[in-house]
Amino acid sequence: MSSKAATRRSFLKQSIGSAAWALTAVRGLAAGSPSTVPEAGRSRVVIACDPRVRHAGASFDSAQVAKLLDRAIQASFNVDTPLEAWKRIVRPGEVVGLKVNCLGGRGNATHPELVEAITERLRQAGITEIVIWERQNSDLERARFKIVEHGQGLRCFGNDTLGFEDDLSTFGQAGSRICRTLTSVCDAVINLPVLKDHGIAGVTMALKSMFGAIHNPNKYHSNGGDPYVADVNMLAPIRQKLRLHICDGLNAQYEGGPSFMPQWMWPFNGLLVARDPVALDYVGWKIIEKKRAEAGMKPLGELKRQPTYIATAADREHRLGTCDPKRIERVEI
Amino acid sequence: MNALDRRAFLKAASLPCFAACSGALAGARPAPLFAAESSENEAQFIKEAKFYEKLPYKKIKCKLCPRECVIDDAERGYCGVRENRGGTYYTLVHSRVVTAHIDPIEKKPFFHFLPGAVAFSLATAGCNVNCKMCQNWEISQVRPEQVRSMYLPPEKLAGIAKDNHCPVIAYTYSEPVVFSEYVLDGAQAARAAGLRSVVVSGGYIQADPLKQLSASIDAIKIDLKAYSEKFYREIVNGELKHVLETLVTLRKTGVWNEIVYLVVPTLNDTDAEFQGLARWVKSELGPDVPLHFSRFHPEYLLKNLPPTPIETLERAKAIADAEGLHYVYIGNVPGHPAESTYCPHCRKKIVDRTGYSIAGVYIHHGKCQFCHTAIPGVWT
Repeated sequence: MSSKAATRRSFLKQSIGSAAWALTAVRGLAAGSPSTVPEAGRSRVVIACDPRVRHAGASFDSAQVAKLLDRAIQASFNVDTPLEAWKRIVRPGEVVGLKVNCLGGRGNATHPELVEAITERLRQAGITEIVIWERQNSDLERARFKIVEHGQGLRCFGNDTLGFEDDLSTFGQAGSRICRTLTSVCDAVINLPVLKDHGIAGVTMALKSMFGAIHNPNKYHSNGGDPYVADVNMLAPIRQKLRLHICDGLNAQYEGGPSFMPQWMWPFNGLLVARDPVALDYVGWKIIEKKRAEAGMKPLGELKRQPTYIATAADREHRLGTCDPKRIERVEI
Repeated sequence: MNALDRRAFLKAASLPCFAACSGALAGARPAPLFAAESSENEAQFIKEAKFYEKLPYKKIKCKLCPRECVIDDAERGYCGVRENRGGTYYTLVHSRVVTAHIDPIEKKPFFHFLPGAVAFSLATAGCNVNCKMCQNWEISQVRPEQVRSMYLPPEKLAGIAKDNHCPVIAYTYSEPVVFSEYVLDGAQAARAAGLRSVVVSGGYIQADPLKQLSASIDAIKIDLKAYSEKFYREIVNGELKHVLETLVTLRKTGVWNEIVYLVVPTLNDTDAEFQGLARWVKSELGPDVPLHFSRFHPEYLLKNLPPTPIETLERAKAIADAEGLHYVYIGNVPGHPAESTYCPHCRKKIVDRTGYSIAGVYIHHGKCQFCHTAIPGVWT
């Protein structure tokens, strides 16, 4: 498909399907020269919420989701227009991967409405090749994405389509094969995790979502994922290609994750945007703890589920970002 | 085996076998994959797992190995080959063979079990530990869908082994504990066909499944990775105490058991460890359990270390001998005198080995031919 010639409708239709198009801080930005060193100073985490994103039922208003995304991105980069921000994230000609999180299925996966809005903005920023990807094709399908393995423009497939690199990438306790989608297809990756609880790791957002890029995530859940989550995010191909984290909090889950448990979902109606994944996870964790307290539930620490990997990701060996509240600029809009 | 008939399977399966057997013995390992076809029918590999309990909210707790993974819907356990689907736990690797070879039994190694026999040897994907020195990590540390596999149900497995004149089926290379449902069914089919079954395992398994396994098979070799919790915690990602419990349980079940200790330079090669190990084996299992000190070769995540010096292996054997163990071997050093079996009473060579080759067996009716001392093992 020639993206220049494609209308927005046909662009989306190709990858997301017709009836069912029922379709998450980075290490440095500056398109083309992603830094692997956190920015000096404070890490900004934007929390953008708007109840208007939600229709009367459980569905979401795509236009309102797009508006919320625009506000969040603009605030994240402190620029005058969303497009200015996107042009700082990606550069024309790059193949951009959107790493969604679909484990929770239709109930608490990255929403297609959000992905639709991001693909549209990427197009406006001059991106013609976009790949929506996740662990497996079946994960994507359960979350209402349609598999499109071939062609140009917008593709959507799981790691089972291209497999994994033969060689191991290693750091600390992690030794993993990285999916070829990330290593060989994408020039840049935008991480789109979900705001939710995790029964072993405490919470799962930006950092833990990268388990979807490796061949052996099952090996890394011991000790609440610490230090494995941090170590996996240090693997060179992952570090070098992550540009931005947009955490989908349209629906959020404060207990029973990562599986979808409707009784513990709440309508957060928001997005968390950051370049620093550690700061984003720290802020998201506190949001979940607040909700747990409101629901009369024990803090994760008392349940031996405190997400200690977040602090590990910020330590001297990793330096993936900051979890020091004094160094996090929390912007609520 | 959707696309391949038996002839094609054997052709595919046997070639790497012979290549491996004729290759260097030290560090020899199977080619990770034979020329198998990816299965088009995933459903044929999936059976409800044994050894788990259902928990609220569609969670399950696996009761197969000491980890006792609590697994959410749509998630897998540490092994990567068992999955919770809607609150029911499934094995994804029943009859899902990723590699098969015809190996000498000495390669497992079993030195007191049918010397000179050949074993139809196979594996599925998956393992419940993550040893940094794993020699077969390409199949043990992956999920089943990440490697090519073939459908080989128990009856066909027994038939292929028999047709190839293999009196033994060996479940090996990766970790048979994680495909225990297949082992149990395969062993039953083997017994019906007059064949023996052996397992090569890290021994990371709970007592109940272990007892079921022991009742179905004829021998088990346990890879005791070290005699320190530190090594198990840092290098294996497991706990030593559970493996020691397995060895004690095996002793009680009476199934034939041998132990391999891979000696990794600087990590598990102190005199204190060798002595502690030997003393524990003698006191808890008795002096007659064969103990193999094997040579390490740099692999997987420990490529920075050198191969084990032969002197270190000889030191380990000397310490174990001095502690009173009767059958202490040195492995992965072809031609070393400690590959052979010596009568603990008259000291004469009673199984003459070079590498995987047997030059002579001087055991008659389970006794030394020279002094008639009973030699423990399965000899016929």
